[in-house]
Amino acid sequence: MTEHQQFLLFSLVKIACVIAVLMPMIAYAVVAERRISAFIQNRIGPNRVGPLGLLQPLADGVKFILKEDFTPDHVRKAYFWLAPAITMIPAFMTIAVIPFGSSLTAGGQKMVIADLNVGILYTFGIVSLGVYGIVLAGYASNSKYPFLGGIRSSSQMISYEIAMGMSVIPVFMLVGDLNLSSVVGYQAGGFHRWLILRAPLSFAIFMVAAFAETNRLPFDLPESEQELVGGYHTEYSSMKFALFFMGEYANMIAASAMMVTLFLGGWSLPMFGLDHPAASIGLGLVQIGVFLAKMLVLMVVFIWVRWMWPRFRYDQLMDLGWRRFIPLALANIFLYATVLWLKA
Amino acid sequence: MIVKRPPLTILERLYVPAILNGFAVTIRHFFQKSVTMQYPEQKWTVPDGYRGAPYLVKDQEGRTKCVSCQLCEFVCPPKAIKIIPPGPTPNPATGNVEKLPREFEINMLRCIFCGYCQEVCPEEAIFLMKDYSLTGSSRKEMIYNKEKLLELGGTLPDQTQKWKRKEQEAVAQGVNH
Repeated sequence: MTEHQQFLLFSLVKIACVIAVLMPMIAYAVVAERRISAFIQNRIGPNRVGPLGLLQPLADGVKFILKEDFTPDHVRKAYFWLAPAITMIPAFMTIAVIPFGSSLTAGGQKMVIADLNVGILYTFGIVSLGVYGIVLAGYASNSKYPFLGGIRSSSQMISYEIAMGMSVIPVFMLVGDLNLSSVVGYQAGGFHRWLILRAPLSFAIFMVAAFAETNRLPFDLPESEQELVGGYHTEYSSMKFALFFMGEYANMIAASAMMVTLFLGGWSLPMFGLDHPAASIGLGLVQIGVFLAKMLVLMVVFIWVRWMWPRFRYDQLMDLGWRRFIPLALANIFLYATVLWLKA
Repeated sequence: MIVKRPPLTILERLYVPAILNGFAVTIRHFFQKSVTMQYPEQKWTVPDGYRGAPYLVKDQEGRTKCVSCQLCEFVCPPKAIKIIPPGPTPNPATGNVEKLPREFEINMLRCIFCGYCQEVCPEEAIFLMKDYSLTGSSRKEMIYNKEKLLELGGTLPDQTQKWKRKEQEAVAQGVNH
């Protein structure tokens, strides 16, 4: 087998494995959302389908597939069909550069689908594409509420992308590399090396921006139900609506994975010798487990926050983005640049 | 009275204490006991005097109390009750004109559980009982006939027993019947 064939084979296997983990994660993120929200509101939540309601995604899926896929007469058909896919795909594409483990054999295949040397630039490029799905949905629906939702979402996502992009610059100044595997490598060797402790402000800004980018509360203005019916997906039904829904959770997962990689040490854990690239299949799998566990914690935070805060008013959202976070992120860059310059 | 809105302190404007407070509140509720009642398995106790579905009752001697006066049919706001009276032909077994309705139907899809029928009934023959969730797989099934209403209503001991007393009086006065 030539090197190219080998690369192709391993890439396909990794893609298959990641998708096989990602899809159930999306499904169960929805269940987790419903159960956690229920517990926070002193309710029980869905507990009928299967033990503890664990087969709920199956029932939901069947329901979505069996529902009538209604296309209103007034929509722009091509864009209307395209929009749900465009929301879903960028989230999956972001996952491609995330190192979700070290390796399964000594010096073997890296547990990342694409080990890009400009991983973070790629991520931001792809994340910017995410807005097109929502904008297109709003535009294609050709009715006022989805249109308003689409407009809101585009300005919101563009505003917060700037803060998000600027917030991670100190991280790369510290690491000295844009490759995400190097970022994880830098954080190995003790909790004090984790970038959440070395660049806490970056983490805070990135986290808030991630909430805005994924359209989660307190920044869910694109679909704010009380004002915009359902926002950009008002006109959608059946599986097309489900794609938007899944896209939101896929984005959440991608954002959590990104935060774990950038700030929480990725697959490494400064205990039990999990800090170095694994030499055996067992350790390799444990490291993947560590990565997933960290992601899970962030996912719970995402869900938890949603059921805690009221939505921001639109001008407050813009004010927070442009007049608070962007200057703060700039000051943060300046601070780290000065410190690094003085140390050099 | 004009209430001055106090200016926010630095701490409040930072938003952070509110965030932490929010986390505290939600986590407290997360571990509280859920208040959900799991309906088909658990049901609330229906209080006395509850106005559920109207059913026909019998007295302790197993006699249908309804005398087809049709007051309930008349008073029923949604016209859910339909009564077919027995007519003027005497019953050959007793020689008396029958009062028992030939048919008594309540359309439970129309019934609004107002209780007027119970209120208007001079014979205390119809009562709103404690059933509140009536189900059926067709409209026809939801029209309850006399047999079904009597069966669901069961027996309700009657303190007065008006007709029994009247019968005793008649016997005592030597009226032939």
